[in-house]
Parts: sequence; structure tokens; C-alpha cells
Amino acid sequence: MDDRLQLLLDSFWPIVWGGITGTIPLALISFAIGIVIALVIALMRLSKNRVLSGIARVYISIIRGTPLLVQLFVIFYGLPTIGWVINPWPSAVIAFSLNVGGYAAEVIRAAILSVPKGQWEAGYTIGMSSTQTLRRIILPQAARVAVPPLSNTFISLVKDTSLASVILVTELFRVAQNIAAFSSEFLIVYMEAGLVYWLICLVLSSGQGRLEKRLDRYVAH
Amino acid sequence: MSPTDDALLAVSGLRKSFGENEVLHSIDLEVRRGEVVVLIGPSGSGKTTVLRSLNGLETPDAGVVAFAHGPSVDFSQPVSKAERDSLRNRSAMVFQQHNLFPHRTVLENVIEGPVQVQRVRRADAVSQAEALLERVGLAEKRDAYPHELSGGQQQRVGIVRALALKPDLLLFDEPTSALDPELVGDVLGVMKGLADEGWTMVVVTHELSFARQVADEVLFMDGGVIVERGAPAQLFTAPTHERTRKFLDRILRPLD
Repeated sequence: MDDRLQLLLDSFWPIVWGGITGTIPLALISFAIGIVIALVIALMRLSKNRVLSGIARVYISIIRGTPLLVQLFVIFYGLPTIGWVINPWPSAVIAFSLNVGGYAAEVIRAAILSVPKGQWEAGYTIGMSSTQTLRRIILPQAARVAVPPLSNTFISLVKDTSLASVILVTELFRVAQNIAAFSSEFLIVYMEAGLVYWLICLVLSSGQGRLEKRLDRYVAH
Repeated sequence: MSPTDDALLAVSGLRKSFGENEVLHSIDLEVRRGEVVVLIGPSGSGKTTVLRSLNGLETPDAGVVAFAHGPSVDFSQPVSKAERDSLRNRSAMVFQQHNLFPHRTVLENVIEGPVQVQRVRRADAVSQAEALLERVGLAEKRDAYPHELSGGQQQRVGIVRALALKPDLLLFDEPTSALDPELVGDVLGVMKGLADEGWTMVVVTHELSFARQVADEVLFMDGGVIVERGAPAQLFTAPTHERTRKFLDRILRPLD
């Protein structure tokens, strides 16, 4: 029993460190890039141009219709066969960004559509272009609607980054796997890994609450 | 048709269909500088569509909207963004549902157009906005968010936002229809003040008392045509068309 407790204590910081240096930056970078992709895809999807909205529709369909693990394998193991070798870290960032781009695009599209048409008209009637109206009037209001579902996307992403372990990215779960293999204490170490993910998500959820409150300040309750 | 000497705006042959349904048949109207033109008529008569066409929010299928010394937009041709913008430079719209920007304070709502579109210096826009808010009795609300105001206050901010653009023409789309009855007077009072100051206004409203007191010309629309037009004294007391008479009866004596 003492040995196990010792293992638990000894492995805690390496696992947390894997989270700090692997999981969290991977999630943050991928999410930031993913949101930009999502905004572009959402606007394409809302565009009157049929080619643009068609491309966006197909993109979203592919991303949502295929497993993230498969997307990761195509990029890391598949692309090198046509001469395109990408290192583990960038491969993971590419896969996760594209994935977030597909899911968040629908969230952002719905959020933009939730802003009343009169807000567009008010922007136009004071002389703004549609780009100006989108940027200054519509998106700030859409953001308020989009934050809760996007926070969920982010929290899912944090957990999904554990998939990067299969393409050899050193992140939280990869560290745990190594310790587990070395010590053969699978139950304890994997439960510990789960606990650390849970702690990270608790922190993120409280951050989400604070952000929602901030964005809600101009709304009647 | 181009505007005559003292006319600010001339509209001719405005026509618009939504699918099979022709909502504007052929609308002609002229607005002179400093004049208040009020459009009345049952809902679905096309009066709001006429008003929105003047601001390019609606695209008619045909017809010309021409401002004196300004754009003349022929809607039977494809209309460019620049043409639409040129219409919007001349007029400003007050909406039924005020459409204030909920994420901006009162002051930010008012200076948005001047600062972002007209490139007025921020300090100048702010002092102008403060003066306008003062005028409508809302100076102390400059840092409030729209949801903190009553309906009547929101609509007065909507009017100030339009005024801040210094348009040649003010457009009002049923500005009091969404308000509680006791708040209507505030807004109409502000509008009457603007008329007295010489602003040129086109107003779609059901407030016949406003039309009677303030309008220079009243247009009665029904079924996408202007059925009758005239000075309020004449139109309200001696309408020449049966449809006008029936409409006025329904509004003035709803229980009969």
C-alpha cells in the first residue's frame, strides 16, 4: 500500500507537468487557430455565394462525420506517404484546429443568426458597410450567445488532446502511459491522469462562468 | 423625374413585388425641404416598404428615388453598393423597435455613426451627442445601456442616433407603435419639436393626432397605391375617397 501511495505522489507532478507543457498549450493553440477557421467557415456558410457555402457545408460535414482519431492518423501517418512529413506536435495542432473549425463553425453561424435582423438594418442605416456592421455590431452580440457552447467545445478539446498520445506527442496522457507501463500500476496511474484532466476542466468551467457574466453585463435580467 | 426647385426628394414609379404579391404599384411622391409628410393606411398597405426604399433597406423592382443635388437611384437597373450608400448618406431611419445596439451605452450608440462612418473626431461627436441627449431630456442617461431605459427613452435615443448623422431627411417607421400608451406622448413631443425646427421628415404612423397637428401633407395608402393625399385639414375632415373615409372611421370610431 505504501508503495502505491508513494507512486501516486511521485507521479503526480510529472503528470501535471505533462498537462502544463503538453495538453494545455496544445489545446490553447489549436483552439485559437480553430476559432479563426470556424469564423471563416461560418461566414462562408452564411454567404449568398453558393460555391462558398457549398465548400463550407462539405467541410463541416467531413469534420463532423469522421473520427478525430482518423483525422489525426491521416495527417500524421497518411500524409508522409505522399511525401509530406509533419512532426507530431504540428500534426496534432493541425488536426485539432481543423476539428474545432468544423464544430465551432456551426456554433458561430447559429450565434450570428440569433442576432435580430434589425441590428443589421440599424448598422446599414447609420451608413456602415456589411463588414463594419458584422465586426462592430453583430459579432459582439453573437459572442455572448456563442460563449457557452464554445466553452464546451474547448473543454472537449482539452480532453481530446489525449489522442495526441497515439502520435507520440508528450502530453499529460502520454506521460501517464509511460509511468503506468513502467510501474504496471495501471488503475492508480490512469485514475490519477483522469483526476488531473478533471481538475483542469474544473478551472476552465469557473473561467467560463466568469466570462459569461462579463459578456452579460448589458443584458436585462 | 428630378426634384423641383424647393423639393428635397422626388420618388416616381416605385414598384415592388414579393413573389406574386405586388406590394407597391406605382408610387409617386415629393417631399419639400422642411416639410413633414405623414403616411397612413392599414397594415400591409405598403407604407413601410415605401419608407424603407428611401433608405435602401428595401430594393424596389422599379422606380426612381432622387434627392436634390444628390443621388438619383433608378431601381429598374441593378443598384450598386455605392448608390445604396449614397441614399443612406442623405437620410436616417428611426425604427419601430428602436434597434439600439444593446452592447453599447447610450452615448456609444449615438456617436457610432459619426465616428465610424463619417469620421468625425471623437471629442466633437461626443459633445454633439451630449447636446442632442440634453435636448431630449436624457443627458444623465449617457452611460446607461439601452435595456436600462424605458421604451420611450429608448426611442428618444433612437431619434438622437438618427439626428447625430445630420441627415437631410429623417425617416420614422411607426416610431410609437411598440410603446406603452403613456410613453407615446414623449416621443411624439420630440418629433413635433423637430418638425418645428424645420427638419424634413417622412413619418409612417397610426397616430392621427400627430398627423393632424404636425403634417404638411398626409398620404393615405391602401393596397400598394397612394389613394389620396392632401393637407391634414382637408384629408381628415373631407376625404374624397370611400376607402379613406372607411379607414379614418375605423381608427377614430373603432366601436361604431
